[in-house]
Amino acid sequence: MITIPYLTALTTYFSYGLLFAFGQLRDFFRKIFDWWRSSNLQGYAPICLGLEDFYIRRLYLRIQDCFGRPISSAPDAWIDVVERYSNDNNKTLKRTTKSSRCLNLGSYNYLGFAASDEYCTPRVIESLKRFSPSTCSSRVDGGTTTLHNELEACVASFVGKPAAIVFGMGYATNSAILPVLIGKGGLIISDSLNHNSIVNGARGSGATIRVFQHNTPAHLEKVLREQIAEGQPRTHRPWKKIIVVVEGIYSMEGVLCELPEIVAVCKKYKAYIYLDEAHSIGAIGKTGRGVCELLGVDTTDVDVMMGTFTKSFGSCGGYIAGSEELIQYLKYTCPAHLYATSISPPAAQQIISAIKVILGEDGSSRGAQKLARIRENSNFFRSELQKMGFEVLGDNDSPIMPIMLYNPAKIPAFSRECLKHKIAVVVVAFPATPLLLARARICISASHTKEDLLKALEVFSEVGDLVGIKYFPAEPKKPQQERGVIKED
Amino acid sequence: MASAVAKMLNDTLDWITLALDVPSARAVIFGVQIGGHLFVEALLLVAILFLLSQKSYKPPKRPLTEKEIDDLCDEWVPEPLIPTIAKDMQYEPPAFESAAGPHAIVNGKEVINFASANYLGLIGHEKLLDSCISALEKYGVGSCGPRAFIGTIDVHLDCEARIANFLGTPDSILYSYGLSTMFSAIPAFCKKGDVIVADEGVHWSIQNGLHLSRSTVAYFKHNDMDSLRSTLDKVTAGNKRAKKLRRYIVVEAVYQNSGQIAPLDEIIRLKKYRFRVLLDESNSVGVLGCTGRGLTEQFGVPVEKIDIITAAMGHALATEGGFCTGSSRVNDHQRLSGSGYLFSASLPPYLASAAITAIDILEENPSLIRKLKENIALLWKGLSDIPGLSLASNPKSPIVFLRLKKPTGCARNDLQLLEDIAAYVLKEGSICVVASKRSTLDKCRLPMGIRLFVSAAHSESDLRKACETLWRAAARILEENTK
Repeated sequence: MITIPYLTALTTYFSYGLLFAFGQLRDFFRKIFDWWRSSNLQGYAPICLGLEDFYIRRLYLRIQDCFGRPISSAPDAWIDVVERYSNDNNKTLKRTTKSSRCLNLGSYNYLGFAASDEYCTPRVIESLKRFSPSTCSSRVDGGTTTLHNELEACVASFVGKPAAIVFGMGYATNSAILPVLIGKGGLIISDSLNHNSIVNGARGSGATIRVFQHNTPAHLEKVLREQIAEGQPRTHRPWKKIIVVVEGIYSMEGVLCELPEIVAVCKKYKAYIYLDEAHSIGAIGKTGRGVCELLGVDTTDVDVMMGTFTKSFGSCGGYIAGSEELIQYLKYTCPAHLYATSISPPAAQQIISAIKVILGEDGSSRGAQKLARIRENSNFFRSELQKMGFEVLGDNDSPIMPIMLYNPAKIPAFSRECLKHKIAVVVVAFPATPLLLARARICISASHTKEDLLKALEVFSEVGDLVGIKYFPAEPKKPQQERGVIKED
Repeated sequence: MASAVAKMLNDTLDWITLALDVPSARAVIFGVQIGGHLFVEALLLVAILFLLSQKSYKPPKRPLTEKEIDDLCDEWVPEPLIPTIAKDMQYEPPAFESAAGPHAIVNGKEVINFASANYLGLIGHEKLLDSCISALEKYGVGSCGPRAFIGTIDVHLDCEARIANFLGTPDSILYSYGLSTMFSAIPAFCKKGDVIVADEGVHWSIQNGLHLSRSTVAYFKHNDMDSLRSTLDKVTAGNKRAKKLRRYIVVEAVYQNSGQIAPLDEIIRLKKYRFRVLLDESNSVGVLGCTGRGLTEQFGVPVEKIDIITAAMGHALATEGGFCTGSSRVNDHQRLSGSGYLFSASLPPYLASAAITAIDILEENPSLIRKLKENIALLWKGLSDIPGLSLASNPKSPIVFLRLKKPTGCARNDLQLLEDIAAYVLKEGSICVVASKRSTLDKCRLPMGIRLFVSAAHSESDLRKACETLWRAAARILEENTK
C-alpha cells in the first residue's frame, strides 16, 4: 500500500490546484475570444463539451513531449529516440531527422526478444515467405493454418492446460471473452486495480460488477459472502454464476497477486477464477511459466488462464488456456475468433520460437540464462534504488518497478532530465493512476547488462537529487573495494 | 330512589351549564364567539394528534446471522461455466498449409480459395514480402509497448501519414487490431445520453462499441433509406436540445453480413438533420472507386463530409490492424480517449510497413481494381441462375453472398444445408467457400448464406470452375432436401 507523506500530499494538492486555476483562467479568456469569432460547427454539437477535455487541454498538453516519443530502432536495451520540436507551445510536435541513442528502461521487453534474435528471426522470415504477412480472413473462414494449430498446442503445453486458443490482440481477448462466459444474471468480482481491457469486457458482458480491495483475499471473502447471501439486485434471485478476475502482476504497481489465498477462497464459495497473466507469463517463475509456478498453485485450480504475447515473447496477440470443452465452446462462439482476422503467421512463428528458446528446446541454454538474468537484474536494481532512498513499489522478483513522483511538476522534470542524460524512462500520470500518485515506471529486461544498470543508477541518483524524489532516507554506503562493485546485502 | 337520581342528574346538568356559561367561555376573540363546546373540540384535536404521532407497526429488521450466511453459501449451486457441447459446436475449419492466396494447399490438395478477403491479390506479392523482411530485420517482430510508452516507432507515423495522404484527410490514427478499431472509436465520441442511429446489419464490433458507449441507439432496417429517414424523424422529434446532444449515423460501406453497399449520396442528403456520419470502410478501401479510395470516391462525395471513417486493414491491404481517419480534431481526441489505442500495444512495425507498401502498389497499379471489378461481374453472371440459391449482395460488392431461395424456417437446418454445400464443393471441386457463422453474442438477424470473396488474382478458369461446382452442389443437395 502506498502511504503518501503528509507534506508531499499538501504540496501536490497545491500544485494541482494552481494548475487548475490557471487552466480555468485561460478557458475564460478563450471563451471571450471565441465570442468574437463565430464558431464553425454549423449547428452540430461539439465533440467535447466544456470540462470533458479540460485535463487534456490544460494539463496534459503542457507535458505532451514526455509521452509517445517515437523511436527509429528496435525496442531493445538501447534505442534511438527521435528528437522532436514544437512551434506552438507543445500543442503539435514535429519530428526531426536527428536521433539520440538512449538506454531503454520503458519497453516491455522482459526476456530480450524485442530485436532480431539469432534463433527466432530466420524462422520468422521463413514463415513470412511461406504464409505471407496476413491471412486476410478469420479463423473459421480461411485463416487457420498449420502454424496456428501448432501454436495453440505449444501454448497449451507451456502454460500447463489441456488446450488453448490464440487471438491477434491481447486487449480484444479480454473484451471478447468475458461476454461469452457470463451474461445478465451473473456476477463479476474484479480487483480494484484491474486493467482497462478487463473493465471493458466486464461492461460489455452485461453482468453485475463488484470490486474488491486490491489484492486483499479477506475483503474478497467478505464481498463473496455478502453477494451470495443477497442474490441479484432488487429481485434477490440467486446468481447464475460468479467469476473472480485477478491479474498475475499488476502493471502499475509491480505487485504479485496473492493467488494461493484467492484460489482457496474461490474454491470454498464455488466461484470461477479468471487469471490475466499479461505481464507475468514468461517473465517470472523458475521456467517462465508465470505466477502459478512461482507461488505453487496447481493450474487445474484456475478455470480460465489468459495472457498476452507482447511482453515476454516479443510478438503480438493474446491467448486463453483452459479445459478442452471451454476452448471448444469458445471456438464455436467467441466473436474475436469468428470475425476478426487471425493472428499474423510470422508473429505466430515468433511465439513458437520464443517458447522453444525458453524451454531450451532449441538446443542451447539461452532460455535459462535469460530467466536467471532477469531475476538477478530486477532484484539488484530494486534493492539499489531502495538503498538510495527512492520510494519503489513492487515485490521481489517482479521486473516492474514504479518510482513514486507524486508532484505534477516532477513528472516532466524527471522525464526530461533523464532524456538529457540519455536514459528513456516512462512516466505515468492521471488517468492511468490516481491523481496524486504519479510515478515513473521502470521495466527491466534480460538484455540489460550490469554496466547498463550501473549507469542508470548513477543517472537516477543525480536526477533524483535534482528533482527531489528521494522520499526515504538513503542507507549509508558501505566502503567500496573496487570501482563499480557495490556490496549487496 | 328515582327522585334522588333525578335530582343528582339535574344538579350535574346545572353545574355543567354553569361551567360552560362562565364569562371566559363567553369571550369573543377576533370576532369569533367562543362557546364552551370549543373546549371539547380542542380536547378531541389533542387526542387525534396524539394518535397520529404514534409510530405505525413495522416488523423489526433483523440482519442475517453468520450461520445463516454460511448456510446460504453452502446451498448455492452455480451454473457450469459453459453449456454442454453439442455436436454442431464441433466444427473444425480447414487448415491451410500455404499462404491464403487465390490458390492454396489444404490437406495436401491444391484448392481455389474463395475464403480469404484478398481482394487485390496482394498476398504473396514480392514487394510486400521484401518490405516486411527488411522491417523484421531492423525492428524485430513486436513493438513491446503501447503508443504512449516507447511503442511509437517511426514506421507507425509514416504509415499514418501515408494513409491520410491516400484518402485525402489531414491525419489518421493506427490501431493494432481490426476488430478493436470500431469498438474503441465509438465510445470515444459517443457518451451516455447521445443519440445513435445504426443499421441493423452492422457487424459485432460496431454493436459492441454501441453497447459500451451507453448512448441511446435506434436501429433502422437494413440498407433501407426510407426506414432511416423515418427513424431520424422520430428521434429528432423527441429531442429539441440540439446544442448539447451529439448525434451520429453509423453505417458500413460494404456490409460484412450481407454484401450490400450503403447509398452514401442519400445518406449525405440526410445530414440536414445535423447527424455526424461514421462510416466503416473495411471492405471498400482499395476496392470501390476508380482509384480505390473507397465509397466516397464511388459516389463522388468529398471526403470532408464524412466525419469519421474507420477501416480494418485485413482485407484489401493484406496486412493486419485498422485505422481511423477524419478531421484533425477527431484524430487528436482519439489519441487520448480511444481505449484500444491507449491501453494496448501498438501494431507490429513490419505490418505497418506492409500497409505502406500495399498502398504504394495500389497507387501504381490501378489495373488491379479494374481486374477485380471484371472478376466480380463474371462471377455474378455465372451464379445468376443457380438452382435454390439467389444472389443477395450488391453487384459491385467484392463479397458475393448467396442466400437460400426457400429457407426451411429453422436457422439450424439452414446452416446445416449451407455447410453441406460448402463441404461438397471442397471435396468434389476443390473450391474453398464459407458458410457464414454467427456468434451467440451477435444481435444481427439477417439470414445466413454462403460467402465468396472475389480476388483480382483469380483467373477466368477459376471463376468458371467455381460457378460449375456450386451449380452441381446446389442442384444435388437442395434437390435432395426438397424431395
